[in-house]
Amino acid sequence: MSHAYRVELGEEILRVQDLKVWFPIKRDISDILLRKPQLYVHAVDGVSFNIRKREIFCLVGESGCGKTTTGKALLRLVPVHSGKAFFKPRKETLEILDAMGVKSENGFVELFGLKDSQFRPLRREIQMIYQDPYGSLNPRFRIKDVLEEVLLVHKIGSTKEERLEIIAKALEMVKLTPVEEFIDRYPHQLSGGQRQRVAIARAIIGNPSLIIADEPVSMLDVSIRAEILEVLLNLRTLLDVSFIFITHDLAVARYICDRIAVMYLGKIVELGDAREVIADPLHPYTEALIAAIPDPDPANRLKFRDLKIKGEVPNAVFIPPGCRFHPRCIYYEQHKETDKELEQLCPVVEPPLSEVKPERYVSCYRYPSIREIVKSGLPTVNKKE
Amino acid sequence: MALLEVENLRTYFYTLRGVVKAVDGVSFELEKGETLGIVGESGCGKSTLAWSLLRLVPPPGRIVGGQIRIDGKDIVGMSESEVRREIRWKRISMIFQGAMNALNPVYTVGDQIIEPLLLHTNMTKQEALERARELIEAVGLAPSILERYPHELSGGQKQRVVIAMALALKPDIVIADEPTTALDVVVQAQILNLMKKLHQEEKMSIILITHDLGVVTELSEKIAVMYAGKIVEFGRAEDIFENPLHPYTKALIRAVPRLKGDIHKLEYIPGTPPDLRSPPPGCRFAPRCPRRFEPCDKEEPPIIEYSKGHYVACWLYTKR
Ligand SMILES: Nc1ncnc2c1ncn2[C@@H]1O[C@H](COP(=O)(O)OP(=O)(O)OP(=O)(O)O)[C@@H](O)[C@H]1O
Ligand SMILES: Nc1ncnc2c1ncn2[C@@H]1O[C@H](COP(=O)(O)OP(=O)(O)O)[C@@H](O)[C@H]1O
Ligand code: SF4
Ligand code: SF4
Ligand SMILES: [Mg+2]
Ligand SMILES: [Mg+2]
Repeated sequence: MSHAYRVELGEEILRVQDLKVWFPIKRDISDILLRKPQLYVHAVDGVSFNIRKREIFCLVGESGCGKTTTGKALLRLVPVHSGKAFFKPRKETLEILDAMGVKSENGFVELFGLKDSQFRPLRREIQMIYQDPYGSLNPRFRIKDVLEEVLLVHKIGSTKEERLEIIAKALEMVKLTPVEEFIDRYPHQLSGGQRQRVAIARAIIGNPSLIIADEPVSMLDVSIRAEILEVLLNLRTLLDVSFIFITHDLAVARYICDRIAVMYLGKIVELGDAREVIADPLHPYTEALIAAIPDPDPANRLKFRDLKIKGEVPNAVFIPPGCRFHPRCIYYEQHKETDKELEQLCPVVEPPLSEVKPERYVSCYRYPSIREIVKSGLPTVNKKE
Repeated sequence: MALLEVENLRTYFYTLRGVVKAVDGVSFELEKGETLGIVGESGCGKSTLAWSLLRLVPPPGRIVGGQIRIDGKDIVGMSESEVRREIRWKRISMIFQGAMNALNPVYTVGDQIIEPLLLHTNMTKQEALERARELIEAVGLAPSILERYPHELSGGQKQRVVIAMALALKPDIVIADEPTTALDVVVQAQILNLMKKLHQEEKMSIILITHDLGVVTELSEKIAVMYAGKIVEFGRAEDIFENPLHPYTKALIRAVPRLKGDIHKLEYIPGTPPDLRSPPPGCRFAPRCPRRFEPCDKEEPPIIEYSKGHYVACWLYTKR
């Protein structure tokens, strides 16, 4: 299936390895006196992926599965428990980092090992767009001020005029034109879609190489959504930028993304080409998600939706042992009697995310090759780099 | 005579900064046991329409014109006490937008379900509890939920409780305003399955309000497309999706990405919906309409029956 928007992808720019973000749960005095162990919300619990230049990489999954936390971790906005993230900044930034004494390898720096002062130059390169176009802009700032602030922080443009020129260019890229008409407005004088475009302009104005877009269209009306998706799609060739696109909407993911990673309870359970994953899901959870989505079709009203999943998402404090999906897995339930090996594996040993078809990764014992990996005690990562 | 007949309904909000014409001349009918979906963008008047049908428009809003007839009897002119005694919750009830987050945190689920039963019927507390148990099972929950507090429930469980509350007095019509918007897809599918079951088994008439074109087709036999306070197109779901007439409906359908089939470029509607304090004089969609022509800015298009049961308000289909 061809896609009008497919572009040539460049070299790898980000490699995330076994990222874990755990939030400690506050203990009250009696818990401490009774020496109850510290509990954690395992928001992100061992996530690995890589992103190439100009790629739009999607994180999908139900609310609470750790999508936002993964994005925030890359900006060091949440405390990282363990794991590494190797990022390749642009040459100028690498030179600045070099001068600060930051070690790099083949142009990659490891984000979580940096001091705050060393991370600062990278803030310009990694930007985030938030879900809420209403809450994310300061109501007392005009658009011009919102954007100029970013330029001042990163010392871009030496004169007021130069900065205005850069601002105008950014607004043109997000199609807030004629620029004169918008530049002096306050957020309350803009529609939701226009606000979201200002948020995008703010993210791109420092010329980032990676944008983390957290549900950037979910709060917008359908009629405006398409316009924002269009703006984002155009940016990657205009700016050579890569995206981590976070969404719970698989139809949007299919439209805009190159690859998608499906997350469940803090882990990626399936990863692959966006169109292929949706047309032919390999993990029982992905299958269940897709089966639940209402596609606009009047014939649907005559049938009940067959839900290929049991129960509800468990609490991220007590992650089920073995395959974390097993308490809800219909495949496991239906096959454990006839396939005894499943019963020995699913509730006991965590299935590693491995390649079962070219460029299709999944973590599920339905696939014999994954059983083999576990049975032979091989290392759990089976990606060819 | 249809179960519900709405005729030229107008509901305005009298704010300090002007009159917001949130519902401005809406007419439709709902038969017994029928499901009607109302779709439209944020702010087009969907919730205001729903509040009007329950005679619960919040101030500074009020119904300023038109009729709402249930079994032929107009409720717009009825006294509040009569509405409370005869109509609200008994004939027509509602699942409010965001209601699952508005459950009272200090009362158990059971207490909250029996409250309207004690208030509106002659049931004893024992009978009310018995009915609450029935209701909670009808929405697929275990009776033990009745003793729990809202914060102990998941989003999907809370939404089921809210549905049970709307069903408490066995209404003929239930309005569900964005009943699944805050829920994940799996839970959304469970809730929609539940509503389908209630519709089929209890022959309940449902008005489903949503901005989601996928959700609306899950349940609706008929669909009304609203834009800026008006119904611009109305028909069977098949009419609306297979043969949309109004340029707004067409654009809306082409603006949503699909899960199957070819991926073609999405279309979007330039601009934004009008300010309902000063809507454009002619067709309200005219400033954004790709098909706009000479009469559109001058005069409002009337709603006409284009083919049997398929209505549209657009000059393209009206001989002048
Ligand atoms: N209490 C109020 N006072 C003044 N104006 C109001 C009030 N409630 C709603 N409105 C206005 O009435 C119009 C219709 O609002 P309504 O809530 O019915 O929209 P909706 O279609 O339900 O939108 P959504 O999809 O966002 O729920 C809007 O312009 C809104 O701003
Ligand atoms: N600051 C925080 N403190 C404690 N728990 C958190 C915090 N942020 C997120 N969580 C928890 O981490 C999990 C993942 O959250 P999040 O990354 O926001 O999910 P998503 O974006 O996929 O909806 C959830 O269980 C959430 O409640
Ligand atoms: S590993 Fe077992 S429990 Fe987990 S998804 Fe696969 S079959 Fe289901
Ligand atoms: S009446 Fe005119 S402006 Fe309105 S929808 Fe029809 S063609 Fe467009
Ligand atoms: Mg999130
Ligand atoms: Mg509403």
